[in-house]
Amino acid sequence: MTTPLSRPHRKDPLARTHLSLLPPAARSRSAHGLTAAAAEGRFALQVCSDCAAVVYPPREACPSCLSARLPFQNVDPHGTLVTETTVRISSEPYFRERTPWRIGLVKLNAGPMVVSHLHGDTREGAAVRLSLMLDRSGAAVMLALPEKDTPDMADDPILREMTCDPKFRRILITDGRTPVGQAMAKAFAEAGASTIFVGIADPWKPFAGEAALTAIEHVELVPLDLTDTDSVDKLAAQNGARIDIVVNTAEHIRPGGVIGGHGIAVAREAMELRYLGLMRLTQAFGPVLRMRGADGVNSSAAFVNLLSVHALASWPAYGAYSAAEAACLSMAHSLRAELRPGGVKVLNVFSGPLDTEWFQTVPPPKVAPTVLAKAVIGALRQGIEDVYVGDVAQDIRARLEVNPKALERELGE
Amino acid sequence: MDRSSPQRSSVRQSYDGIVACLPVTIPYRRYSVNGAQWWIGRALHDLLKGAGLRPQDIDGLSISSFTMAPDTAIGLTQHFGLSPRWLDNVPLGGASAVVALRRAARAVQAGDADLVACVAGDTNHVDSFRKTLAHFSRFAQDAVYPYGAGGANASFALIAKNYMNRFGARREDFGKLCVAQRDNALHYPHALMKQPLTMDAYMAARPIADPIHLYDCVMPCAGAEAFLVCREDTARALGATGVRVLATIERHNAFPDDPVQIRGGWAMDIDELWAMAGVTPDDVDFVETYDDYPVISMMQFEDLGFCRKGEGPDFVRAHSFTNDGDFPHNTSGGQLSVGQAGAAGGYLGMVEAMRQLTGTALGNPLAKADIGLVSGFGMINYDRGLSSCAAVLSRAS
Repeated sequence: MTTPLSRPHRKDPLARTHLSLLPPAARSRSAHGLTAAAAEGRFALQVCSDCAAVVYPPREACPSCLSARLPFQNVDPHGTLVTETTVRISSEPYFRERTPWRIGLVKLNAGPMVVSHLHGDTREGAAVRLSLMLDRSGAAVMLALPEKDTPDMADDPILREMTCDPKFRRILITDGRTPVGQAMAKAFAEAGASTIFVGIADPWKPFAGEAALTAIEHVELVPLDLTDTDSVDKLAAQNGARIDIVVNTAEHIRPGGVIGGHGIAVAREAMELRYLGLMRLTQAFGPVLRMRGADGVNSSAAFVNLLSVHALASWPAYGAYSAAEAACLSMAHSLRAELRPGGVKVLNVFSGPLDTEWFQTVPPPKVAPTVLAKAVIGALRQGIEDVYVGDVAQDIRARLEVNPKALERELGE
Repeated sequence: MDRSSPQRSSVRQSYDGIVACLPVTIPYRRYSVNGAQWWIGRALHDLLKGAGLRPQDIDGLSISSFTMAPDTAIGLTQHFGLSPRWLDNVPLGGASAVVALRRAARAVQAGDADLVACVAGDTNHVDSFRKTLAHFSRFAQDAVYPYGAGGANASFALIAKNYMNRFGARREDFGKLCVAQRDNALHYPHALMKQPLTMDAYMAARPIADPIHLYDCVMPCAGAEAFLVCREDTARALGATGVRVLATIERHNAFPDDPVQIRGGWAMDIDELWAMAGVTPDDVDFVETYDDYPVISMMQFEDLGFCRKGEGPDFVRAHSFTNDGDFPHNTSGGQLSVGQAGAAGGYLGMVEAMRQLTGTALGNPLAKADIGLVSGFGMINYDRGLSSCAAVLSRAS
């Protein structure tokens, strides 16, 4: 049985902020195959292409046939917890703060024996399912979960170390004027967030959905204009230390390629809001997010970056838009490295065209804002960092893996 | 899986005419401000002094150390002014001494070297043990250390728990070995643990990684050990009394299909060990096991033929393991009471056996010490110790 978390008390403003320590992050290059799987919430191990042996820990040669062809493939995560121990004395400061800490040996049905972290509801001798998680240092680790979900299992302290669960956390949604921003606010309220700050630029201008937005429990509208450094800094100064998850919902969607754009005004506007807006946001909120990664139940946890999947592969019909999204993706990779010392994750949420006004002329499949919001909540609960929402995003992800050149040509047709 | 080689020859050449002599111990310290090279240098110095040799007289060198980075054995030749024609680097932790001995013995036997100095030494700085753990092996770095960073304590906790579940061992059984070793250690001048250990204190010790408690764990420390391998006539000329090598075995990554380690590689080679030695387990007067965790000593009793698999707990209940009792075991106190000076920990049982067999024990001498068994175990690369080895030694009559 997992003891449910209780709502954190107000923080003592005079108390020192407990700083973030990290679990050991060093990994071999082969082991980053696990990182790649964990980043997307998949359970993948090396599978020998020649003899089909499932291999763990990651190797350069198959221990059954010495083949070097050992790609990572999704495998059955089920197994049995053979034996366990509770680590009470650890060499590493990160664990010393968190002991007792249970680990065990899990015999996977697929073959290998795996040293694993243990969820509190797992029992020696019982069936478990392994999950590849990104721990606080962003490294992939094995976590054994009970075979079937148990009540309040997300509140388990070891699991919560590896997720960014919104429960009891305080959220900033940067733009509440859009259907995506509004769907996001509703989803976070349902996920148990304790406060949801929703940014509104030019608050004197009315907008569709305003009444429904303000009616959502725990929502607090705040003035925020990502194109205005003072506005971003002011919000961070007022509320930065009370925000645990930032979700950048700012969007600037305009059709058109790059040579028919009649000047650079629109592209500059897109970069001003998307690229420079993201930079203003990270400069204002990044340092305090990084400081508060171990600040109790409602520690800072994540920066969520909503991106077009065309950040990965340009869609010439929306060429300037794709370029601005690509710039945001590149910045997110830097941001991810910079927030890592605080144990704070950066989630890149890739989606295809949304089912909103700016994509009115684009044929389906499209992503409904509620679906996108649900995917963001799911990703935070899993603690993953790359999410592909909807058929278009997943299609592009798959085609990129197979033949990026073919994808480039086909997107331009 | 049958891993025995189809080409294996049935008869191994004996080590006739070869002895190990001049055991050297540089007293252990909990922490040292000196580097591993200092410790190895002290041991080599004492070894040469005891033999009346100069550095240039040594023509073979075998080195074991975890903490001499960025050096390996080659760097030490220049460091110590040696010009050996035979050089070995044995980074095998608890298996170092037996492996060094058997390689050196063959080198001398073949005439590749005449005087092989076998030395193991490690330092222990404040915080150096954590760094050793974090980078112990690639599998440890990728797939063990990030899981609670409990080091060997946590890895052996999993092995011990499984063994207890499967074979009915109790903490009291492990405690009996620890208490007996402490009794033996109280007479050994270099043991870091100088207070008696009672079963009550053992049972009440703080938990480290269940079921491992404080007195199941060795204390990391700095220290060095050494011995010389040469021909019997060479030893005589040096005025040294040697011990004969009746048999040795060595095995790595045995039984990879055992889900959790319940046996070491000794179990693969046990028949060969006793056949080559020409004696039986009953003929052995004392046993020095590699004791980083008493569960591993219990496995060695089984795998080396003193009882059958799973009978370790009963075997422990039936013997006293003290130097003045029956089945003397880890007669200088073992690493559990003396300390674990890195790779030198692998030498501890070897030099103690050499001393018991030559009547030069620093601690409590045994009433009878004609044949002794030294066993080594080491290198927990991922989920189990990979290296196991053993040597049967006898008094040179």
